[in-house]
Amino acid sequence: MATTPQVKVGANATPGAGTRHGPFSLLPYLFVLPHLIFFAAFLGYPFFYGIYISLFNFDFLRPEQRPFVGAENYLALFQRGSIPFTDFWRAMINTGEFVLYSVPPLVIVALLLAVLLNGNYPGRNLFRGLFFAPYALSVTVAALLWWWIFQPQGGMINHLINSVGLGERQWLSEMPWAWVAITVATIWWTIGFNTVIFLAALQEISASLYEAASIDGANPIQQFFYITIPMLRPVLIFVLTITLLASANLFGQPYIMTKGGPVQQTESVMMRIYQEGILENRMGSAAAMSVLVAFILLILTTLNFKVFGSGDNQQ
Amino acid sequence: MATVSKTAERAAGSSVNAELGRRVVFYVLLTLFSLFFLLPLVWMIVTAIKPFAEWVQPNWIPKDPTFQNFSDIFQDPSLPVRRWFVNSLGIAAAFTIATLIIDAMAAYAYARMEFRGRNLLFGLLLATLVMPGIMFLVPNFILIAQLNWIGTYQGVIAPGLAGVFGVFFLRQFFQGIPRELEEAALIDGANIWTTFTRVVLPLASGALATLGVITFMTSWNDFLWPLLILGNEREMLTLPVGLATLQGQYNFDYGKLMAGATVTTIPVLILYLFLQRYIVQSVAMTGLKG
Repeated sequence: MATTPQVKVGANATPGAGTRHGPFSLLPYLFVLPHLIFFAAFLGYPFFYGIYISLFNFDFLRPEQRPFVGAENYLALFQRGSIPFTDFWRAMINTGEFVLYSVPPLVIVALLLAVLLNGNYPGRNLFRGLFFAPYALSVTVAALLWWWIFQPQGGMINHLINSVGLGERQWLSEMPWAWVAITVATIWWTIGFNTVIFLAALQEISASLYEAASIDGANPIQQFFYITIPMLRPVLIFVLTITLLASANLFGQPYIMTKGGPVQQTESVMMRIYQEGILENRMGSAAAMSVLVAFILLILTTLNFKVFGSGDNQQ
Repeated sequence: MATVSKTAERAAGSSVNAELGRRVVFYVLLTLFSLFFLLPLVWMIVTAIKPFAEWVQPNWIPKDPTFQNFSDIFQDPSLPVRRWFVNSLGIAAAFTIATLIIDAMAAYAYARMEFRGRNLLFGLLLATLVMPGIMFLVPNFILIAQLNWIGTYQGVIAPGLAGVFGVFFLRQFFQGIPRELEEAALIDGANIWTTFTRVVLPLASGALATLGVITFMTSWNDFLWPLLILGNEREMLTLPVGLATLQGQYNFDYGKLMAGATVTTIPVLILYLFLQRYIVQSVAMTGLKG
């Protein structure tokens, strides 16, 4: 894409380099083989195996009882009153809600932070390092820390709220406040990642574009919308996509902060699949859920590229 | 003419004011965001060094700081914290070394060698980037169970080695190395393997270090997969998973929990403080590649 600095020193200068051992050389295959074995075993094979499992009533503990059920696991997900129906769609709606709450700030605020960091001033790298630091923590640490900060008894947030005279909240056990807590924790933990990506892309934009624009009398806000945003478009789509996928994979934050509560209202789809497949051994059904969710995500990411990527070839 | 210059002067004057205003807003925003990122971490450590009687109080400076919480969690016989620490270290180190070796080899072939099926294979690698990870959870768990690897370290480590990020990252770097250096080595009689290990890898040491650090941190911090594979083997847990079980055990003893969180954080925080530049750079490259 436009921002990629393609450094291919002599990539095409010596055609057939590496084939110097003759028309067929085993060597390249030996180089890729170690990675390829793991790739085939844990990414290639499971892709098909997951679909295969979803067609069975697959209970891992009872290998002798694994009847082929065809599309039944999928149909059950669309039949009101079937066993997995209510839990699955509640989790789907919960996850969709979290995506709606978390993705816009994670993209927009990250862009704002990157613009802030992009200036030329002392301590810039220090701030960048600080904004990114929480991303270096485990989800357990980030979630546990914010679980403590949002505690109704003794938590820092309620202390602060009391000191300004607002009413306390039961942050982790009332809706929609549980989502607020989970979203804030997620933003704190991961926004630095998006910020760093945006910042790198901002630094790729030639300063001469801004100079030309300011000679033409464009103010900083106009420059932002007419230069920065269009130039960032490929990176924006990329960040939007990975953020969407990350939010759809929500697991650790509610697992630790709310246990999915109050009454399963923050149970994410990942938690549901974990519950169904691993804890309750209904792996066929869990695999069907995974395939359906992956399919929906694939459509969303494709749409994402179609809608926002339409002007990609303008440069 | 006179009016024009006067307007220009006024414009210049107001732009100085506007510039000043912008500066103020800029530094205020920067400070606020910095506090948002920094204070929770400070609060974690402050809570960890407060005695039990003090944690409900909102003071930021402990009146009676103590390491009691730390020694308590390390001495609790039901909590193998030391063992978890060693487990995390071992898993992350083994995973990082294996990743560097197999990814560097593959990346070199994809960057420099011509072979039948290269584009197809590389295309398959690329395709998994858009595959939602959720698809692989259940089948990989069953696969690990069939290998009898539930509750083993290889069960935690092996699936991650399929990852493609390191291959892309290093391939990009290898493509930037001038070909002449390798050709000179080949002319001098070195074979491809020697050229790779003696010429290419030393040149790529910075990129390898960057990938190594980020791989180590990812592995150290991983939660869901080690929870699935090691969840029933208390002795074998990693620190992040163990920390989550601590929450069940100490429930609302926040001092001990934050002490546990601090212990889990310190290794990556030290790594991060020293190697921040490399880590941030590798993330920045992720985006530029897209």
